[in-house]
Amino acid sequence: MSMLELTDVTRSVVLPDDRTLHILRGVTLSVDAGEHVSVVGRSGTGKSTLLNILGLLDSPSSGDYLLEGVPVQRLSNRARTRRRGRDFGFVFQQFNLLPERTALENVAAPLLYATGRQFWRRRSIAAQMLDRVGLGDRLDARPERLSGGEQQRIAIARALVRRPRVILADEPTGALDVETGSEVMDLLDEVAAETGAALVTITHDLAVAARAQRHYRLADGVLVGIHLATGAEGADWVGDVPTHRAATHTHLAASVPAASAPIAAVPAATAPIPSDAVRTPGTGPATELGA
Amino acid sequence: MTGLVGAIVEAWDELRIHKLRVLLSLVGVAVAVMAITGVTAAVQMLQQGYAEQADRGGGRQVTLQLNAWSQTAPGLGATAPDMGDEYARVLERYSITYASRDQWTTIAVRMPAGTEPVQMRAVDPDLATLYRIRTVSGRWFTDADSEAFAPQLVVNQTMLAELGVTDVASHPTVLLGTDTPVRATVIGVVPDDWTDVPPTAFLLYDQMTRWGLAGPDSAGQVPTLSLWVPADQVDGLKTAIRRDLSASLPGYQLDLYDNRDMYQSGLDDATKWIGIGVGTFALLLGGLGLVNISLVTVRHRIREIGIRRSFGATSARVFFGVLMESVVATVVAGFVGVALAVAILKAIPVDALFGGYGLQDVPPFPLSAALIGMAAATAVGALAGLIPAEVAVRVKVIDAIRY
Repeated sequence: MSMLELTDVTRSVVLPDDRTLHILRGVTLSVDAGEHVSVVGRSGTGKSTLLNILGLLDSPSSGDYLLEGVPVQRLSNRARTRRRGRDFGFVFQQFNLLPERTALENVAAPLLYATGRQFWRRRSIAAQMLDRVGLGDRLDARPERLSGGEQQRIAIARALVRRPRVILADEPTGALDVETGSEVMDLLDEVAAETGAALVTITHDLAVAARAQRHYRLADGVLVGIHLATGAEGADWVGDVPTHRAATHTHLAASVPAASAPIAAVPAATAPIPSDAVRTPGTGPATELGA
Repeated sequence: MTGLVGAIVEAWDELRIHKLRVLLSLVGVAVAVMAITGVTAAVQMLQQGYAEQADRGGGRQVTLQLNAWSQTAPGLGATAPDMGDEYARVLERYSITYASRDQWTTIAVRMPAGTEPVQMRAVDPDLATLYRIRTVSGRWFTDADSEAFAPQLVVNQTMLAELGVTDVASHPTVLLGTDTPVRATVIGVVPDDWTDVPPTAFLLYDQMTRWGLAGPDSAGQVPTLSLWVPADQVDGLKTAIRRDLSASLPGYQLDLYDNRDMYQSGLDDATKWIGIGVGTFALLLGGLGLVNISLVTVRHRIREIGIRRSFGATSARVFFGVLMESVVATVVAGFVGVALAVAILKAIPVDALFGGYGLQDVPPFPLSAALIGMAAATAVGALAGLIPAEVAVRVKVIDAIRY
């Protein structure tokens, strides 16, 4: 049983002029515990909407979403909110730290909504988490006085402080320079691996996406599994996978260079797919698809 | 439990971080609470002042006054029956602790300017308790003074001045009577009841009778007996005392009055409610200011609210959290307001307000006033927090995060 499982999920909204905007079209995706999945796509293609639906911040217009086998549609608002707090950790592009709170207060904030030991010992737990992300000496620092990398570290500590089962990262390196972004991703990968949490990364940066075990491309609301290859020039799109379950490239993450590749390298979903580049899972080692 | 504590912690953190905003928004509330609490407490203090003033005029609540009138018109010089034993029996039978005989008489006093008739009041020591009589210097009578060798006087300030004495500590004496004068010692001074009051004095009833000092104007009169009785037993005691004394005073008409109708607070309920009404109005204005600032604050915090929702903050928790911010803030403001009210009322010169008498039983700062102030502050906080809390709950999480 998958941790998260979307089947034919759509999301559409009615615009003020009564036209319907289809943001997601028949998205099918499953994420297992401990897995790292990435979704790339241009701005406005529905990446964040997908992440919001996965994180129970939004609801699909149609389709099924099973959270550990439980249809989320059956959960009450309260139950969804509680599961969101307990099972999901969010890392945002703009960090979204609480202003005028110290690093410690920011990281401890999610624990205000926890119960029992986590609630009563929130400050010490938060301090430990900050120590884990290398900010043990900046507990009382206010985020506005920290660098972007440090702020994102705080955001990661905050996302992980309740030991979530899924980490949803929305452009986690989007506001960082390449080197800092790489460090942050190293950290995110490490702590996610330590806690056994699934990590879903949304990014337009192919180098960041290539760190994942499975990769997807979202274009015009359609989710397509893709193969990413990396080399000295950086990560690059190789081809689409015609199933929702993209091929795994666990070894690629280790070989991603610091330089990031722009999403412009990824062709639109409507572009013809080179048949020779497409591999379905199990048809051959991923390295064969590399540059 | 953790939800409630968490909401309070969250609210307190918010207030702590936005101290200046909170301070500015709560000045009005604190002042209004101070007004409500202060007015409530001041009204109670003034009521106590008026009550004590009424006590000085007509005795404590409830004082019975027993007067006996001869139905045979004995005329001047007649001897009134000695009611000492009869009165004592009544007091003992009905366990009445405080009582005093009371009779006005005119006694000639040798003043430095010549002999002068002075109105004197022959009483028992308990009269000071019954009528809240306080000396401004020297002392009042004690039970032991009845056995003193020489009569003692407690004079008013005018009489002391006419005697040419400035201090009773020197044990000044004065001659009473004309044919066989008796030397009396002035032991205390009471304040003048009003300006240009003639010289008056108190002396003990037992000493007046022992030394035969009663003037001809009180001859044949039975002293009034004042009794301080419990309010819930007044009617029963009146019947019983009248019945008991009728047998002891044949030929006398007994009149028994109580002072329940005499007490009228100078500060009636209407005045009190006007004071509270003005304070409440001020509090509502303060609350409106709080609503405005809270609404603006919530607008500024939409993103933060969205982030908190992503942490798992339920709608109820967000609503309660914003509401609690308002309530915690106004409770703090209420506490400050109550503290200010206490400080101001403690600084008020009570003696000056009550014409030199001051308050004998200064009421402690009324707990009810503090509770009213705190309750009003809490209620305003809750009301002022409702609209911002509702706004906060309506925020869509996704929009809020991107706000």
